[in-house]
Amino acid sequence: MKDVIIIGAGPAGMTAAVYAARKKMDCIIYTNNVGGLALWSAGIENYMGYHLISGVELMAKFEEQVKEFNIPIEYHTVEKIDKEAGIFTAHLDNGEMVQAKSVIVATGRSPRHLKIAGEKDFVGKGVTYCATCDAPLFAGLDVAVIGGGNAALSSVSQLLNIARKVYSISQYGWSADPVLQERVMHAENIEVLKGYDIIAIEGQNFVEKIRIRSKKTGEEQELAVRGVFIEIGSAPNSGFVAGLAELDEKQEINVDCSNRTNVEGLFAAGDVTNAPQKQIIVAAGEGAKAALSAYEYLIRLRD
Amino acid sequence: MPANIKVYSTPTCAYCSLLKQFLAEKNVEYEEVDLAAEPDKVNELVDISGQLGVPVTVIDGQVVVGYDRVRLESILAAT
Repeated sequence: MKDVIIIGAGPAGMTAAVYAARKKMDCIIYTNNVGGLALWSAGIENYMGYHLISGVELMAKFEEQVKEFNIPIEYHTVEKIDKEAGIFTAHLDNGEMVQAKSVIVATGRSPRHLKIAGEKDFVGKGVTYCATCDAPLFAGLDVAVIGGGNAALSSVSQLLNIARKVYSISQYGWSADPVLQERVMHAENIEVLKGYDIIAIEGQNFVEKIRIRSKKTGEEQELAVRGVFIEIGSAPNSGFVAGLAELDEKQEINVDCSNRTNVEGLFAAGDVTNAPQKQIIVAAGEGAKAALSAYEYLIRLRD
Repeated sequence: MPANIKVYSTPTCAYCSLLKQFLAEKNVEYEEVDLAAEPDKVNELVDISGQLGVPVTVIDGQVVVGYDRVRLESILAAT
């Protein structure tokens, strides 16, 4: 049996792993990717010690440090955790079950979905959640960016240089930093549509058009686009612990300042929790705290 | 015989970087198609994969969409 299972390998999970290893805890990481959403940051200017580093590079450095401690990283999704007689069991996607005395959940967040007709069917066929990744594929085409926050307007800004026309569609208007708004609002190839719901994404094999509806007048219109960039924030990856740990109204795992959940021996850290400020440096610090709390818990178990 | 591997990517895509790093660690050679530099190859990507997204890896005709480590490992092990 493991001392601790860490679920997730973003900034929180990898930091927790290093702290756990330094306490000589027998630990394993289960994750479906290394780096998490931190990978999507093109340039990070506020992780101390690095003036400017890309998310990919910073996460590669984290991974290197994890590997120095010989902590195994297994590429599996944990589908469920349960606790019986003080022992946790993690149910993996391959049917395997792994037991541990404690668990640290550091599964972070995923891009939020619109949950509208056609969205799922056209992922990778015009619908994308990563403008940084896929923008170059839409050179010379008409595209729509959904959302009005910082991520959305950064995508708009990037696409204005690549696409033929960019529709910026938001439900309640723009909330992005004024600097970003100014950068895009005067472009010749932008059309800004504020106060619209997007109701469907349609096409044959690939996206051909979207349907939107004005909140004010209820009037519907169709826009011919080949790309739909969905940038409406993120949601915590907490579904798999919903039956065990207490979640708040945002589906974030409730933790105290020592990263304890309502279940003894179950800890959580990083962007999946209700700890304020979703930042790489904060997540890393929270991961460290969670590992140290798990260590204290194991000592008490032994006594 | 070494597999014939082609990677469709863009320079700004994090998962493309991870994928290339993974292939380098496995010491396998591959041909890279940078779609930002060669936008006319986007149609080729679509024909091969039915996808408008990167990364896409083609290993001896088998198409892997995204950075799917588990699938890449099993295909590489079989070649």
